[in-house]
Amino acid sequence: MIKVENLTKRYAGQPAIQDLNFEVGQGEIMGFLGPNGAGKTTTMRILSSFMPPTSGRATVAGFDVFEQSLQSRAHLGYMPENVPLYNDMRVTEYLDYRAALKAVPHRRIAERVGDVKELCGLKEVEKKVIGTLSKGYRQRVGLADALLHEPDLLILDEPTIGLDPNQIRQVRELIKNLGKQHTILLSTHILPEVEMTCSRVIIIHKGRIEACDTPENLLGKIRQAGGVVLEAKVGVDNGGEELKKISGVRDVTVDADGDWKIFSLRVESGTDVREEIFRLAIDRHWTVRELTQRRATLEDVFVELTHPDVV
Amino acid sequence: MRKFYTLLSREVRSYFHSPIAYIVLIFFLIISGIDFYFQVSFMNQRQVQYTVQEAFFNSVFFWFAFVLIFPLITMRLFAEEFKLGTIEPLMTAPVRDGHVVLSKFFGALVFYLVLWIPTLLYFAIFLKVTHQPAAHSAGAYFGSYLMLLLLGMFYLSIGCLTSVLTNNQIIAAIISFCAITLLFFLGLVQFILLDVSSATRDLLGYFSAIEHMGTFSRHSNPANGGYDQWLKR
Repeated sequence: MIKVENLTKRYAGQPAIQDLNFEVGQGEIMGFLGPNGAGKTTTMRILSSFMPPTSGRATVAGFDVFEQSLQSRAHLGYMPENVPLYNDMRVTEYLDYRAALKAVPHRRIAERVGDVKELCGLKEVEKKVIGTLSKGYRQRVGLADALLHEPDLLILDEPTIGLDPNQIRQVRELIKNLGKQHTILLSTHILPEVEMTCSRVIIIHKGRIEACDTPENLLGKIRQAGGVVLEAKVGVDNGGEELKKISGVRDVTVDADGDWKIFSLRVESGTDVREEIFRLAIDRHWTVRELTQRRATLEDVFVELTHPDVV
Repeated sequence: MRKFYTLLSREVRSYFHSPIAYIVLIFFLIISGIDFYFQVSFMNQRQVQYTVQEAFFNSVFFWFAFVLIFPLITMRLFAEEFKLGTIEPLMTAPVRDGHVVLSKFFGALVFYLVLWIPTLLYFAIFLKVTHQPAAHSAGAYFGSYLMLLLLGMFYLSIGCLTSVLTNNQIIAAIISFCAITLLFFLGLVQFILLDVSSATRDLLGYFSAIEHMGTFSRHSNPANGGYDQWLKR
């Protein structure tokens, strides 16, 4: 559905994205991850024909986004970051206008506008002036607009930014449902969102692709798969030193909570050191109240790839 | 074509959704009303060689209002879309660039024409009250309003251009105001720069709207044939 080859964009000589290569297949939900300024919005703007690339090529549904931009734009629904809307129009009026602009046949406009209002929960605000809507409703109007012409591809730039947790959950459900019929490319900072909704993830940093894989594979790839937390009374022992001797443990940090010591262990990926810790505790007569393995999250992948010095 | 019509109707509606439209309408009607009143009362006091219609379109009041309305009409066209970011959903919809530009231009033109419609009433009222026509002939009205249309299209296009250059409406308005004022009054330079060659003077006069307005009123004079013959054809 999307094919990107050696895509580069420079602003005043400064590269925003460099040599991007990726493909998004029919029916995929692709997550686009990266810190602020990594080039996510730039990439999405090029894909939606809002601006031309400096070099390289991108196609949407087989149409070049620059050479055949009318056709490629007809195949995609784009929701820009922060959802700019005409504040002087009413919700239904705006959607009618957008539907006509997107060449929805005249007799189908009422039906389509009704459908997307239903789908995005806009029924109760349909007569309101857009300028008076809350952030959450504006977001939904933007999403409804993107869906109007039943595009094969949806490009959503930060669809959940600025929403409260309930709204985020609703939008996430909506995206998941949409993914059944549409190909989706969405960008976000919120990592659990990607883990829950996306079938594949691209991590982009400083304009380059750092990783492109399924969320599960990405988790397997990173050097340390989370860690282990141990809370124990260790008496006079130096628990930290003892724990470090266990093979597979890279690093131990200790916090105190009264008599209790809280050890946070970072371990090599693919190793489970809990059994060893248990034996050690019995050996030394430590009293243990908690021993948990923390699962690595996409956040760890993200931090490791984009900020190697923090790890 | 349907998309162009959709864009155009949004442009026109957006004018009447904004308070600026009504402020411009009221401002313009006040100025042109004062203009008409003063011209008529001035002509009541002394013998003059010109008609009410000629006086109305060639007064300082008219010039002042005329150069001021274009920046007010056009400043928001593109600058507002850039500022709000609505240019992004607009240009990522499958629409042609040309349609977007033309819809903005013609939207502004429709509003500009709406501004002028009430002035037709002035002449109708004048005829009703004084039982005298405000101009020599139908061609005189035709010439004046043709001039308004053509000059209007020219200045609106300048306004469209300056609105594309910036995302700040005020800056767009100031640039177009300067450009339009300069073009409009360029002919007056001949009264200031007395030692320039006649060719330079002619060139400056050619770019100046005031000079061309003179041409329009000459041609609308029946003594010179004017538009009446053309209208009768």
